Amino acid sequence: MSTQVMVDVHGVHKSFGPLEVLRGVDLQVRTGEVTVILGPSGSGKSTLLRSINHLEKLNRGYISIDGELIGYRRSGSRLHELKEREVLRQRTHIGFVFQNFNLFPHLTVLDNIIEAPIAALRRPRQEAVRQAERLLARVGLADKANAYPRQLSGGQQQRVAIARALALEPKVLLFDEPTSALDPELVGEVLDVIKDLARAGTTMIVVTHEIGFAREVADTVVFMDGGVIVEQGPPSELLDRPQHERTRAFLSKVL
Amino acid sequence: MGLATDPPALAADLPSQAAPHTAAHDDLASLKVVPARHYGRWAAAAAVLVVVAQFAHGLATNPGWDWGTFADFLTLDTIIKAVGVTLQLTLYATVLGFVLGIVLAFMRLSDNPVLQTVAWTYIWAFRSIPLIVQLLFWFNLSYLYRRLGFGVPFGPTLWSFSTNALVGAIGAAVIGLSLHEAAYSAEIVRSGVISVDGGQLEAAAALGIPRLRQLRRIVLPQAMRAILPNAANQVISLFKGTSIVSVMAIGELFYQVQVIYGRNGRVVPLLMVATVWYILLTTLLSIAQYYVERYFARGADRNPPPTPLQRARSFARDLRGAAARRTEAVQPGRLALRTQGGAE
Repeated sequence: MSTQVMVDVHGVHKSFGPLEVLRGVDLQVRTGEVTVILGPSGSGKSTLLRSINHLEKLNRGYISIDGELIGYRRSGSRLHELKEREVLRQRTHIGFVFQNFNLFPHLTVLDNIIEAPIAALRRPRQEAVRQAERLLARVGLADKANAYPRQLSGGQQQRVAIARALALEPKVLLFDEPTSALDPELVGEVLDVIKDLARAGTTMIVVTHEIGFAREVADTVVFMDGGVIVEQGPPSELLDRPQHERTRAFLSKVL
Repeated sequence: MGLATDPPALAADLPSQAAPHTAAHDDLASLKVVPARHYGRWAAAAAVLVVVAQFAHGLATNPGWDWGTFADFLTLDTIIKAVGVTLQLTLYATVLGFVLGIVLAFMRLSDNPVLQTVAWTYIWAFRSIPLIVQLLFWFNLSYLYRRLGFGVPFGPTLWSFSTNALVGAIGAAVIGLSLHEAAYSAEIVRSGVISVDGGQLEAAAALGIPRLRQLRRIVLPQAMRAILPNAANQVISLFKGTSIVSVMAIGELFYQVQVIYGRNGRVVPLLMVATVWYILLTTLLSIAQYYVERYFARGADRNPPPTPLQRARSFARDLRGAAARRTEAVQPGRLALRTQGGAE
């Protein structure tokens, strides 16, 4: 594994009004690695993930991806907030897959995938279409290009959402509970796609409750609770020999 | 369903000489189903039909309707021209009203408190003033401002016009109608935009799609589903509402009709002329609405319902098919009838 840090989360604090959701989070994800974040609901996992592509603004700390500060520009001793246009440009390097897919229901599967490459990266349409067809084949949906999202099953929709995120060729892919909205029998097909990406060396951060998936795919498992990272380590250590009482309590409930 | 729960009783009713039990069971599928008879519905329908027939009879026989005069004036040049003016007023006020309305809607939705407040105040003001009062204000604009001009705010004027030369009666009507429309259409557009799931904007933002394109390509097409029925209401009510500008002596449909019946005294047939034109054009608008809504519903249904035209075609096809089957199947039909008779 390469040792270069792709995602660097440093001393991150985030509050919603009086509620402090993140209370000093530090996390490093190296290029080509898969990090799985576990934790009870309300532990701040999703907020952390959403902070990484600046869907949430931080109150303190910083996040950088591939050495580039997210949401701010540093000049001397000051941080300047970036304009929306610059934040949007940074987000093209960060793929995000939502729990509820959030496909655009009025656009066909193909149009869902080519929208961002054309609008954000100004790729020629033909090139975007060819790439979309390749991606659809990769997630096993080559025959669904002209379907509308509502004509697909949940698992198929999530695979389209993954293809849509991949179309920007992001440096890192973020998954926010990608299988939580799915029927149990559809979870496997989505996890298979993510495993496939992991084997291909995609840098990923996955928030999930699928312990089996974490064990199989993760290079690092992170356990969060109460807005902090309680512990982290390789799956064999964290899942089988957790050091902290809270981790043990959580794992005993979900395993 | 009813049949499925009944078989034991039916089978018991069948005389044993008709067929063995198993055969009787198989036959159930081929038995004729007699629909339940709704005597109450028939009586209600008959009563309503009598009233409708009375009304239609009155339309045809009451000399007061004066259909001869109606026919003389329906397609008269002056009337057609007046219909044209009505349509023009509707078109201009709709386009200007919705353009301004979209701007106001996004001002209200923006994060900028100044824009929000200005938009809210505008909507508040123009929804509070009756249209007819507003129109008379615009008609009398020159009383307030003799000349209108461009220049440095609070400073010298660079360029100015006489108000009356710039804003004639039609101009005043278009301005009044548009500003009034804008207030209502702003709320219609806003209702559509806030009806779109927040995850859509979030997904678009996460994909790095530029802000304007997020609105134009992702939000507005989805908002259109909620906007269109209300917008169509608004256009139709504006279309008929243009009759208000008759107070400004503009030669639109209602004004022209009033002028004519003022001369010849045939009030009812001329009101019918106006009514028929309003109904006819509203019908066309309603049909257009149906197809525009259908266009924006793509992706919303797994199987879009057929258009009325498609439905009519498939109905005709079914009828032809049924007729063909009936001529083929005369013999078996009779046989089935006899079997049923035997069962009773």
